[in-house]
Amino acid sequence: MSDVLEVEDVHTDIGQHHILQGVSLRVRADAVTVLLGRNGAGKTTTMRTVMGVLPPRRGAVRFEGRAIHGRPPHAIARLGIGYVPEGQGIFATLTVEENLRVAMRAENAESRERMRRVLGLFPDLARFRGARAGTLSGGQKQMLAIGRALVNPIRLLLIDEPSKGLAPIVVEHLVTALEAMKRDTTVVLVEQNFAMASRLGDDCYVMDGGRTVYAGTMAALAADRVLKQKYLGV
Amino acid sequence: MRRAAPLLIGAGLLLPLAAIEPRAWLTLTVAGLAMGMLIFLVASGLTLIFGLMDVLNFAHGALFSWGAYAGFTVAVAVNARWGWAASPSVWANAGLLLLAVAGSVAAAFALGVLLERVIVRPVYGQHLFQILITLGATIVLEELIRVVWGPNDQVMPVPATFQGSWDVADVVVLRFPAIAIALGLAVYAAMQWLLTRTRVGLIVRAGVENTEMVQVMGHDIRRYFTAVFAAGSGLAGLGGLMWGMFSQAIRPSMGGEQLIFAFIVVIIGGLGSVTGSLVGALLVGLAYNYVAFLVPKAAIGVTMGIMVLVLLVRPTGLYGAGR
Repeated sequence: MSDVLEVEDVHTDIGQHHILQGVSLRVRADAVTVLLGRNGAGKTTTMRTVMGVLPPRRGAVRFEGRAIHGRPPHAIARLGIGYVPEGQGIFATLTVEENLRVAMRAENAESRERMRRVLGLFPDLARFRGARAGTLSGGQKQMLAIGRALVNPIRLLLIDEPSKGLAPIVVEHLVTALEAMKRDTTVVLVEQNFAMASRLGDDCYVMDGGRTVYAGTMAALAADRVLKQKYLGV
Repeated sequence: MRRAAPLLIGAGLLLPLAAIEPRAWLTLTVAGLAMGMLIFLVASGLTLIFGLMDVLNFAHGALFSWGAYAGFTVAVAVNARWGWAASPSVWANAGLLLLAVAGSVAAAFALGVLLERVIVRPVYGQHLFQILITLGATIVLEELIRVVWGPNDQVMPVPATFQGSWDVADVVVLRFPAIAIALGLAVYAAMQWLLTRTRVGLIVRAGVENTEMVQVMGHDIRRYFTAVFAAGSGLAGLGGLMWGMFSQAIRPSMGGEQLIFAFIVVIIGGLGSVTGSLVGALLVGLAYNYVAFLVPKAAIGVTMGIMVLVLLVRPTGLYGAGR
């Protein structure tokens, strides 16, 4: 099976700052690839570079073999990539249902069917579908953010720190939902919560100082205490 | 604050009754509402452009003037050919108004597309450059008016039906202000419908809150930017024409004066909120007229006063989401 996403020696600047200084990733189909690393290592910038929000200065990003770097974010999303940003990026003044409808690239029978499936996957969203999204709890907001990515036909889902700021019991729900999802979607997960990452992840990359410094399987990293201590401090 | 707004307007409407005798109060109220509705036409476009695109568009006033002159040109041409302004027929009068409206909106809309594509697009995200380049565009557009139509005031033809007043139960209701109020309400209703009932409106509302998120969902935000900028420009043009008919005269610098009111209203109402613009515009229109009657010299100051008061109580404006 070929790689769904390929990031090759990418360099990205934010303003005057050289943030990504050589990031390389290969994301296998139907696997969960976890991106680990300390705060400021460049994980979120990597996601934003893949989505085209921050165009890379150097290097290549390929999705299913096609070069996508330099394309605008909406064109990249339309290729079939869903993005759940850090902090969820939900529209607080819109209702839950409106949030899901905005996310649809077209409103038709197919996308409404997918919305019904999302509401089935996250019963809380169905319960509060008419409520303003700003009134949801942190966990519900995260579910809405993931749900929004699933109302379109996607083959790759990028999720940035979904467990951040959530209570352990809510994280548990989230893991269950993501486990259900990983069966038919390739996922790239940025996560600080090592326990969650090691439960969901198949492959893993560690980032430090804007570079990818370790690549391997999640199981290998979890077993290697020296590596974990060196890069993650856990 | 949202719930308090109608109360605020109610109090603002009735309080002056203590100092003004009822007939004069009614006349002032109609004039104030009409002025408010005309300001709303300008401010609603401005608030969406600012809210969605984060663009400080100082050229909005020039589009107002261009709308007025384009509508004026159509009205004069139609009148010269068919004499529809002086005609006793209501249909001929309404036809003239509609054609003038179409002319002003079309001209301002087209100019809006041009402005967005050529001068605003390169400066997205850079407020200082936006101010400089849109102020520059204002100067160019205003001078172009002087070149095309001359530097002096022009008398706007107003259809006979819309001049003078109706006598409703012994109360004098000026006709054109009444029409301006009706038009303003219709525009508000149309905008609300567009924003809350259509898919385009849904995406625009989402974009006002978080532009980047809308992009990564696969929507080409630039198309929405152009559309909103052009629609806002069209509304400014409509406002210009109506203002010209309201005051029966137009001049090249008329837009700049209205722009100040519009910015005050946008700030009072909250950036990006159409309802906020309506409430703010009515507040400003009414307060201006009441105070101009009671203490003429304080009229301009009172609008600033309202703005300061609102910002003290609620820094994001009456309906602002705050970000």
